[in-house]
Amino acid sequence: MLGITGGTVFDPINGIEGRPMDIWIKGGKIVPPQEIAPGEAQIIDASGLIVMPGGVDIHSHIAGAKANAGRKLCPEDSRRLLRPRAANSRSGSGYTVPSTHLTGYLYTEMGYTTVMEAASAPLTVRHTHEELEDIPIIDKGAFITMGNNHFIMKCIRNGEKEKVRDYVAWLLGAAKGFAIKIVNPGGVENWKYGKNVYNLDDEVIGFGVTPRQILTTLARISEELKLPHPPHIHGLRLGQPGSADITLETMKLMGGLEAHFCHIHFMSYSGKRGGFPRSAAVQVARTVNENPNISIDVGQIIFGPATTMTSDGPCQFSLSRRIGGKWMNDDLESESGGGLVPLVYKRNNPLHCTMWLTGLELFLLTDDPWRVFLTSDHPNAGPFCGYPGVIRLLMDRDFRAREFEKMPKKARKNSILHELDREYTLNEIAIITRAGPARRLGLKDKGHLGIGADADIAIYANQDDKEKMFARPRYVIKDGVEVARDGRIVSERPGRILYVAPSYDSKIEAHIRQHFREAYTVSFDNYPILADHLPLGEMISCE
Amino acid sequence: MSALIENVTCKFCGCLCDDITVEVEGDRILKAKKACPNGRGMFLNYDPAFRKPLVDGQTVGWDEAVAATVDILNEADSPLIYGLSSTSTEAQRKAVELADRLGAIIDSTSSVCHFPTSLAVQTVGEATCTLGEVKDRADLLIFWGCNPLVSHIRHFSRYSANAKGLLTPNGRKDRTVVVVDVRPTQTAKAADHFLRIAPGTDYEVLTSLRALIQEKDIEDIEHGVGGIALEQLEELAHMMRNCRYGVTFFGMGLTMTPGHSYNVTELFTLGAELNRYNRFSVIPMRGHGNVAGADQVLTWLSGYPTAVSFARGYPQFGPGEFTTVDILSRGEADAALIVASDPIAHLPWPAAKNLEHIPTILMAPTANCSFKAAKVFLPTACYGIDAPGTSYRMDNVPLRLRAVFPNTRPTDEEIFSRIIKAVKQC
Amino acid sequence: MEDFFTLITGRTKGQAHGLHIGAGSPAHIEATSFIEICPEDMTRLGIKDGQIVRLRSDTGRVEAPARTGSLPTGLVFIPMGPTANALVGTDTLGTGMPLFKGQRVKLERI
Repeated sequence: MLGITGGTVFDPINGIEGRPMDIWIKGGKIVPPQEIAPGEAQIIDASGLIVMPGGVDIHSHIAGAKANAGRKLCPEDSRRLLRPRAANSRSGSGYTVPSTHLTGYLYTEMGYTTVMEAASAPLTVRHTHEELEDIPIIDKGAFITMGNNHFIMKCIRNGEKEKVRDYVAWLLGAAKGFAIKIVNPGGVENWKYGKNVYNLDDEVIGFGVTPRQILTTLARISEELKLPHPPHIHGLRLGQPGSADITLETMKLMGGLEAHFCHIHFMSYSGKRGGFPRSAAVQVARTVNENPNISIDVGQIIFGPATTMTSDGPCQFSLSRRIGGKWMNDDLESESGGGLVPLVYKRNNPLHCTMWLTGLELFLLTDDPWRVFLTSDHPNAGPFCGYPGVIRLLMDRDFRAREFEKMPKKARKNSILHELDREYTLNEIAIITRAGPARRLGLKDKGHLGIGADADIAIYANQDDKEKMFARPRYVIKDGVEVARDGRIVSERPGRILYVAPSYDSKIEAHIRQHFREAYTVSFDNYPILADHLPLGEMISCE
Repeated sequence: MSALIENVTCKFCGCLCDDITVEVEGDRILKAKKACPNGRGMFLNYDPAFRKPLVDGQTVGWDEAVAATVDILNEADSPLIYGLSSTSTEAQRKAVELADRLGAIIDSTSSVCHFPTSLAVQTVGEATCTLGEVKDRADLLIFWGCNPLVSHIRHFSRYSANAKGLLTPNGRKDRTVVVVDVRPTQTAKAADHFLRIAPGTDYEVLTSLRALIQEKDIEDIEHGVGGIALEQLEELAHMMRNCRYGVTFFGMGLTMTPGHSYNVTELFTLGAELNRYNRFSVIPMRGHGNVAGADQVLTWLSGYPTAVSFARGYPQFGPGEFTTVDILSRGEADAALIVASDPIAHLPWPAAKNLEHIPTILMAPTANCSFKAAKVFLPTACYGIDAPGTSYRMDNVPLRLRAVFPNTRPTDEEIFSRIIKAVKQC
Repeated sequence: MEDFFTLITGRTKGQAHGLHIGAGSPAHIEATSFIEICPEDMTRLGIKDGQIVRLRSDTGRVEAPARTGSLPTGLVFIPMGPTANALVGTDTLGTGMPLFKGQRVKLERI
């Protein structure tokens, strides 16, 4: 039993915006004070400290085939950050692609307690789960890529929407995944022919379906299946000057259905094809503001090394041609693809600065903090340990202005950042880093400190320098157990792997079995992750 | 009374065929339907005879054997953990945990197989695909320095030359097969084109192909390169540049010959460049059933695929320094834990013989050549036969192997857990 | 020099079969203890099929029966295993990989 007393609590989901309060914990949950026998609880004196729910990262690449390809590709990244073993923690390495245990420690030491692995192809999701098991402390889940799935595209072509719904439900359970992920729908399939998609009505080679059809079908299915998190969308034209147009079109295509658009700054540019991109944050933010069914995470650029990794194979090929360095590509049968390119975001590079500015504009122009979340699409725009720096930029307009002045003129002249004097409040930061993502993920016991919530808590010392404040919480509690103090791990424990398993009509299995015989090189019976393969698994219901 | 078990996965080689039907009776396997001769050999010769550990040649109980192992590891200043390629990822993860705790060196058999490939990945990256993409799309197959008809016997039928797929409904007829090797192997005889390459000239030939494909002017090439005539090279360059989806499979002919990782780097660079014109992938022919898994596990836990030392307290990567042949031949290990592999049989003798001079523990389902050097023998369960476990195919697709017998011997994973609990943390 | 060869080691069906029977078993040893030489080199050196010959390298030496094989001249092949590994050196040039394919050896009649 634990009591956190006298802290200034920020619990936006429960309307608590910086009020002195005591928090009581028993059995890993937050409980009313009456349930604690006097004198029995260990007390953390939080007077003068800020108490928040543990951080929730709604989009991060931490585990599985792509993340590990990044580690293997970049031994130099391992040498940027080395963690020696200690009495209660394993050794590790890696700055943009930390090894599994180090990933868990670094997130925990920053006060984060739930992280979603952003993209796993079901064919290799068993690998994702093995790594998630080796990421300690934090709770995790994996989004399952479906936007280039052959079975789905075949059924759409044949007008068999019911089959798609049952297949998606089956697939989420078989993969022990958390949500539908869509990456460049149709484009990754076309890359297997050396091509891509550019418009919503471009044809997917060999299937005759369109990105429009894939997006609308999956958005509707997500709602029908009552999935806790709406479809998580990485749209078309990532990183291209013409991306804003298609982003707005795709957002409107959702037609009021709930949808989440990830790392949106990467697709918020206007300009001529092949030319220098200009921020279209104003238009994108306006569309988000006007459409309450849409949420975004920014994918903010963090200067320094990054390792880009995405299922968007064609995008990565283009990037590799521009950068000229190492490149990995993997085409996955019947399902997906992807690529990796390591790079460095530089403060004197006008393009990188334009991207940095666009991200910040998006944060400051989106009115509703419940629908805009702090991410860096780790490690695509930069490593997650850069989040505290982003928080400082959002809360301190003078600091932001000084950083703006350092930027090359070419980046500054097209940006409106210097006109935006909004400063995020602590409460709003609590929303965009914990309450908002938890609610958007449909995790009823996360992101808040009400009775019945998981006792995942971060306690910070209030400091003027918000980067220092958020980089090193005084205490981090997970399931009611103190796991970090003063920014270092003090105890290790396994975290949960959250997944959904919506019900489906079992008649679909015969069709899927047939599809496996034709399309795959593994047996249908060996494909699903069974519950006893995943001892840390915890199902989240779909009602 | 015999029983049939379906969807069994054979872990003999990197093909990881998961469509085997095994017929068992008592504690023997009678049949392994669909398995190739290597798979059948593995299943039918499965011998559960070894059930009790040995210490100094004497049969002991598991507690005693674990204690003897712990003593050896606690005493050692520079223990080596080697092998891992035929055990499950669950066990490999434990092996790394043990190495971390001990400050040991850990190295898989990829050290003498595809580690040069990992070095190439670290240098230039890798454009690759899963085996189903080969089946579905590949109209040009190149087998460079490998001999699948001998080493990966169902590769042709399940995944490559003869497989029928989305864009290759006619199987073999929809494909051109090229073999590059120093001698006419069985696979070469089944190819449409065989390029006989002079030993040790792969790097030059690959560079020449890159230049031909990019239509560069090349001096002095009229007489060919590496014993291959210019016309043959030009023909191959043309095929590579104009195919729909080309795939090069490669093996020890590149990694074990002079140049090692440079050979593979050049092949990977060639593969990457071809994607400017059409689509092209490269896939290493992984030898053992879970050596790809060992690469993955070591990478996600340490940041590096093999040749890792934890002696400093954090993972250090050392090609040539922490690789087993180097460690053993320089006498830099003072104890060895050999897991699911046979270094006495497969390492050069000056390295292998050192295992006879240091306390060696062998953790494997059956006695092999390394048994004679082992002070402690831990006959653990055989994954995929008397224990379930996860393995990664040559294209990194993970599969869960079923057991076909009930588990009567502890698994590597269980024994590792017991050792980890008892050893001193360095 | 005419008696120097390049040694290639590798897998064979027989070697794999021998491993299935048991690593170190008579079947395995037999399947990994011969030296394949091309007919032209056998003729030139006056060696008959099955005749025991010696190979030497900087690492060691072996004696094993010669067998005709489909090889170019100047190459000898021994299946991977203990016999081959008596000849392969341990200099990995910093890669961890010995020269399993490409070791220089000298052939001697005995």
